[in-house]
Amino acid sequence: MKYAFFPGCVSQGAAPELYPAAKLICERIGIELEEIPGWTCTGAGVMQEKNLLFADTLNARNFAKAEQMGLPILTICSTCQGVMSQANKRMTRDPEYLAEINHHLADEGLEYKGTAEPKHLLWILIEDIGLDKVTELVTRPLAGIRMAPFYGCYIVRPTEALDIEEHPERQTSLETLIETLGATVVDFEGKTRCCGFPILTINEKNSMAMVGKHTSEAKDLGADAMITPCPLCHLNLDGYQPKAAAQLKRKVDLPILHMPQAIGLAMGIDPKDLGLQKHIMNTQPLTVKLGARI
Amino acid sequence: MDVTIKIRRYDPEAEQPGSYWEEFAVSVPDNATVLDALIKIREEMDGTLTLRCSCRSAICGSCAMRINGHAGLACKTALALVVDENNAITVEPAGVMRVIKDLAVDFELFWDKIRAVEPYLQPAGAEPEGEYIASNESMLHLSGVTACIMCGACVSDCTVLEVDPTFLGPAALAKAYRFTADPRDGNREGVSRERLRNLSEATGMWDCTRCNECVQACPKGVAPMDRIMALREQAVEAGFTNNNGARHTNAFTESVGHSGRLDELRLPIKSVGGVTNIGAMLSYAPVGWRALTHGKMPPIRHKNVENVENVRRLFRKLDPELAGPQIGRNSPFG
Repeated sequence: MKYAFFPGCVSQGAAPELYPAAKLICERIGIELEEIPGWTCTGAGVMQEKNLLFADTLNARNFAKAEQMGLPILTICSTCQGVMSQANKRMTRDPEYLAEINHHLADEGLEYKGTAEPKHLLWILIEDIGLDKVTELVTRPLAGIRMAPFYGCYIVRPTEALDIEEHPERQTSLETLIETLGATVVDFEGKTRCCGFPILTINEKNSMAMVGKHTSEAKDLGADAMITPCPLCHLNLDGYQPKAAAQLKRKVDLPILHMPQAIGLAMGIDPKDLGLQKHIMNTQPLTVKLGARI
Repeated sequence: MDVTIKIRRYDPEAEQPGSYWEEFAVSVPDNATVLDALIKIREEMDGTLTLRCSCRSAICGSCAMRINGHAGLACKTALALVVDENNAITVEPAGVMRVIKDLAVDFELFWDKIRAVEPYLQPAGAEPEGEYIASNESMLHLSGVTACIMCGACVSDCTVLEVDPTFLGPAALAKAYRFTADPRDGNREGVSRERLRNLSEATGMWDCTRCNECVQACPKGVAPMDRIMALREQAVEAGFTNNNGARHTNAFTESVGHSGRLDELRLPIKSVGGVTNIGAMLSYAPVGWRALTHGKMPPIRHKNVENVENVRRLFRKLDPELAGPQIGRNSPFG
């Protein structure tokens, strides 16, 4: 299957290990990715609080380009997913608003017709590809690994924007994937809560309290690793875990995997090719346990 | 319908107080609400079960509690829609607030915050000769916020209040917006400058994480987070931009408006007020160093997207003030 690829800024910026890992596993699965030419940032909810029309217009621009390609949109970022879904709802349920946006897009000869249906790779694996296909490709099951899911707010709320009612399976998609990879799910309260990243530069103490709370809760429940489909969550949960642990005055040491990395590990891909050595929290205890030492 | 209601109970007068789960198997009509089941348990099985309820029609706001881990009104939640494959649900008291007994929590924290935003009209300047004029449109807009029934569901599930009880929180900030958006409040142009100044301080509007929990929890469609975002827009518009939150929003928009994408290296620096903020720069140093040594630094030279002139044209057109005349030339983001 072929998709219009929307990688998002972070997978090419502060979490550069995500992009190649996602490409690698998509190739194995047989998902063909064609990047949307000249795609722009979704606004991540930040631009939306300053200038909703500008932010929505940029999203419509990405959607219009994908329409031109004639391909459905695939993203690898929970935040991008949520922001795109919300923008899409605003535009498609209000024809006047969409017309206003299209008026601005007309300058570069673009028009958004309202047919885009942006989907995270996590949903695509379950809804379009089917987990049987993933199971087929698992050559190194993550047996004995206890894995905590961490969704990222924007892929779970608000449910109305994400069509959760039509797709109730999306609410447990990450747990389903963990089981498919052969690992054991560590269920914990923080799995759908906020990682704290959006307030990192605004209220670092609260941001670190969130990182500390969720990572230590999962760790105390015996998690070997946490898995997230959101690179922004990854930045905070991995990159700032040492600072969060210091604030909490305890050790946490929980490896945080991008969702495609966990899939890649189960497919027998070399951890180095998945960029596991680029994490701030040491992933070696995990890879050693798996017999896939870096 | 036979259901199992698993209730988190707490009795402060027990010999060894502590919360514990208790299961009740109860038979109710197929169209029963969670509240119907709880009342039946209290009336017929265990008279010591404590809960608040009154109107049973989602008007009084008494019965907010966590159902299957998420806050909502027990009287507005149909059992059949929330039971699991074993016909079971969990019920817990609302979060964040102190539990008094079983499902009843202490609302002191909730009301303290509502009081803190001074929830009454405060017109500035001379009184008009006649009555205050408010457009129908503005009042209809406000009715979306005044729909709040003060049930506390949003406060219960707020991810910031969970770690920091000093945050004003979704209910109080939405209530504040009810006044900042009222044309009768503030100066003759309807701008509530004093309120916006105060709400821009620490523990105010910029501490929200935009996690959407309150939007999801609100049983009346108030969407508190959306009101907080509107407050931010008003505050920036009114010129209260000397804080990390406002700087972050502006710098983010500038970065995308100039280059099409986010410049993750420069954004945090601009958010804290530039490299001259030595304290913040030093606190970033260890994180930056760890990122650098793990091959995780964002690119030093931030690239523009192809055909970036189309993005810049939109930026100029839709946000002329922020884009400025120099866009693309002496851009702070290259």
